[in-house]
Amino acid sequence: MTKTIQAVTMPKWGLAMTEGMVAAWHVEEGSEIAAGDEILDIETTKITNAFEAPGAGVLRRQVVAEGETVPVGALLAVVAGADVTDADIDAFIADFEANFDAEAAAAAEGGGPEPEVTEAGGRRLRYLKAGDGDATPALLLHGFGGDLNSWMFNQPALAEDRPVFALDLPGHGGSAKEVGPGDVAALAAAATDFMDALGIDRAHLAGHSLGGAVALAIALDDPTRAASLTLVCPAGLGPDINMDYIEGFIAAGRRKQLKPVLEQLFADPELVSRDMMEDIIKYKRLDGAVAALQTIAGAAFAGGRQATVMNDQVEAVSAPVQVIWGTQDRIVPAAHADTLPPQVEVHRFDDAGHMVHMEKAAEVNGLLTGFIAE
Amino acid sequence: MQLNRDELVQAYRQMRTIREFEERVHTEFATGDIPGFVHLYAGEEASAVGVCLNLKDGDYIASTHRGHGHCIAKGCDVKGMMQEIYGRAGGLCGGKGGSMHIADLSQGMMGANGIVGGGPPLICGAALTTKTLKTGGVAVAFVGDGASNQGTTLESYNLAKVWKLPAIFVVEDNGYAESTSSAYAVAGSQSKRADAFGMPGYEVDGNDLVAMHEVAREAVERARDGGGPSLIHARLNRFYGHFEGDAMTYRGDGEVEKLRAEADCIQLFRKHVTEAGLLDAAQLDAVDAEVTSLIDEAVDEAKAAPPPAAEELLTDVYVSY
Amino acid sequence: MAKKSFREAINETLLQEMRRDPTVIVMGEDIAGGAGSPGEDDAWGGVLGVTKGLVAEFGRERVLDTPLTESAYVGAAAGAAATGLRPVAELMFVDFMGVCFDQIFNQAAKFRYMFGGKAVTPMVIRTMYGAGFRAASQHSQCLYPIFTHIPGLKVAIPSSAYEAKGLLTQAIRDDDPVMFFEHKAMYDEEEDVPDDPYTIPFGEANLTREGDDVTIVAIGRMVQFSNQVADKLEADGISCTVVDPRTTSPLDEDTILECAEETGRVVVVDEANPRCSMARDIAALVAERSFGALKAPVRQVTPPHTPVPFAPGLEDLYIPTPDKIEAAVREVAAA
Repeated sequence: MTKTIQAVTMPKWGLAMTEGMVAAWHVEEGSEIAAGDEILDIETTKITNAFEAPGAGVLRRQVVAEGETVPVGALLAVVAGADVTDADIDAFIADFEANFDAEAAAAAEGGGPEPEVTEAGGRRLRYLKAGDGDATPALLLHGFGGDLNSWMFNQPALAEDRPVFALDLPGHGGSAKEVGPGDVAALAAAATDFMDALGIDRAHLAGHSLGGAVALAIALDDPTRAASLTLVCPAGLGPDINMDYIEGFIAAGRRKQLKPVLEQLFADPELVSRDMMEDIIKYKRLDGAVAALQTIAGAAFAGGRQATVMNDQVEAVSAPVQVIWGTQDRIVPAAHADTLPPQVEVHRFDDAGHMVHMEKAAEVNGLLTGFIAE
Repeated sequence: MQLNRDELVQAYRQMRTIREFEERVHTEFATGDIPGFVHLYAGEEASAVGVCLNLKDGDYIASTHRGHGHCIAKGCDVKGMMQEIYGRAGGLCGGKGGSMHIADLSQGMMGANGIVGGGPPLICGAALTTKTLKTGGVAVAFVGDGASNQGTTLESYNLAKVWKLPAIFVVEDNGYAESTSSAYAVAGSQSKRADAFGMPGYEVDGNDLVAMHEVAREAVERARDGGGPSLIHARLNRFYGHFEGDAMTYRGDGEVEKLRAEADCIQLFRKHVTEAGLLDAAQLDAVDAEVTSLIDEAVDEAKAAPPPAAEELLTDVYVSY
Repeated sequence: MAKKSFREAINETLLQEMRRDPTVIVMGEDIAGGAGSPGEDDAWGGVLGVTKGLVAEFGRERVLDTPLTESAYVGAAAGAAATGLRPVAELMFVDFMGVCFDQIFNQAAKFRYMFGGKAVTPMVIRTMYGAGFRAASQHSQCLYPIFTHIPGLKVAIPSSAYEAKGLLTQAIRDDDPVMFFEHKAMYDEEEDVPDDPYTIPFGEANLTREGDDVTIVAIGRMVQFSNQVADKLEADGISCTVVDPRTTSPLDEDTILECAEETGRVVVVDEANPRCSMARDIAALVAERSFGALKAPVRQVTPPHTPVPFAPGLEDLYIPTPDKIEAAVREVAAA
């Protein structure tokens, strides 16, 4: 009967996560749930986010109370059919806990996907590969100042069906800090070099913000490379860009200075965590990082306007295109989506900002997986 | 190797410049216009000049509290030095160093030094720089007989030899460490100390410019050629006290007068070059007049120059802070 | 990014900076080890292995084993710095400063001021400090307050492996003389350290914990102890800010005062002897500038004013511990 009992365990969001706190339960014991329902909020040192039920059934037991912190892999809840006895549930929990070894779980997680580096186009690029199989791969392109961890809530969901590569664009994360001219075309060329280096002929491209412009540029430059295009709060569709954000991001050297800058990214500014800021500051301390950001900002956002605007070319993209936007986006106005041709699906979330793929991870994951599967 | 006429004139000019500089500082110090205290090099000129004639741009020297002569011999600007001694904003160190800390790294002059024995380790570092960067440069530490007993000096002999540094140590033995005679305070012999460290050691008459120049030439060439360090022990004379205001009661009756009359390195040089027909007296007299006028100007300008602005108190502690 | 020990972080920094800049050299006693000996070259790589492997890549021209002659080689580092190199000299234990202090505080520290701003002296002295090794009175001291006292010197005291790499990179690239303090009990402690070079600016304190009730200002290894205390007390409802100044010269007075004023309660933790220490200095700073915001007297957690003892039981009593820090925090929190 145990195969009808499912363990809900603490997920690993992002490379550095070792534990998480149950911030709130959204589903009471005894409730019916469907796969994908948000059943609880988990708070990590980096961010708080909703956790989706991995399968359908009845939430039979909340093992961890609100406010408790447990390691990655620890049992959070038990989902089973209504017909399973309480005794079996108790036995399942006892068995799980008897066999659960936090260190072993962490080690096993550590044995999961780790970032790798490749030489592409004469520069080092770092990426994280998750998932496998023969399906057309997906390539995730982060925005200005971000890195592959921007997709920590999305990559695992996509990776269930296909290989998914999250890339650090040049100048970012663990990639080389030489960015050449630093404009959208140069970043797109680097991403294409990456695809070539890994033998990826064609991929579902998803790009956030500046990475959205990069994805669109790739698809326009060589339509054979893009199986589909998901643009999340993308640059490249209009002239406006919040230069206070860009300049503030470049200038901030300390958490105190960075906090008000990052708060502009979210509808809920509470989501800006200490670790999120610390990661960015550590990135910015790397040799060449600030210079790279300055070069990119100077090229892509010259004079406080987006230098590469491609909205009138979207019609020419042969691959299916969807756009996802938080209407509270304070970095790139969601109104840029209004100019798009009718064949583009536009999804707007009123209670999300520029980081809609983090703030509305479950919904965005649904849109991503559904769109790519079509 | 014989110095040519131009070099002889240059040597004379430099010695005379040092002497005139020091005599004027002696006179002006007595008026109370010069702050602090000064240690005068008068009488020892042949050493600084004899050694530095062998040096070029890219070579370094470190000096002592008695540093004016080394500065002038290595090419420091005389007017800038005088302003420094007066504590003026236009001084070589902006008036923040004074007599004991005159330096001009652009001339390879790493500073007079208020710490006895401060220079030799620094010179090991400068020599390490020239060796590491393969510039062909050498570095010279001038030390007194007092500093010759400091651990830093003896440790530097060892380090220079161990690392085969292009370094030269010049022990200027004027017979007194402050008021204590070197006959009392120095055990053994300076040149045998060099023997003990396995480096060539020279005993030389420091009043004889030509002899100083010749041993320094050998030592500098050896260093430039990768032959490692040498030591030169020069016996010479100090015409003034340890510092200005020193009553010199420790010196013998008539000692200084006798030295000035019989063992003045400049007069000996003048006698040598004129008697040998290398230079004529009129030529040398003309140098004297030029030097006097230069030092007059230096003193006049220094007296008239402004002091550092109050905000200079807080500048130059760090490159950035 | 991989987990690296404090030792590995420092070694990697030296390696990367020597690759980046040919004027960077390292020197010290046994820094490679085995110079002129019949046995193994690079035998030691420093007395605790921190510089192991450098000589293999850069040769003995840039990795200089010195005789036991601190006066000469520390002075040589100053002279080399003033003439165009960027020497990193290792003073094996800071307790040995007694035989080379002149070269540091009268020479290197003062060149720039004495010479009217015309000298640049980019030297680093790496040195071990701290008790806990049963190394007794002449190999265990925390003498950073003495160097902090000297204008012209900068003083960096990293509290972890990540901090060590960023601060040492900054120290080597800095144009002023820097004293870099490495706690000998921390060499094997690991954390994530980026592979690429990075710098942490001097004079920017790091808040390793942020809380509302008590500010703990801690130096070097004491930061870790204070973090432990803060985590423990959080569960008991006392929330602490832990301030790691990172550098005692320059000192980020603004951040210390801001935190002091936010919490109104301050504990300073310093492994150095208490008189004229960083503990006294910071306590005085807070008392003078933030007096009105204080809800309790500033507490100092330091060793007693004694030399570091040898007998293990005595040394354990000497060193500030998390328990002592916790007691002090509880005391000011209750006051």
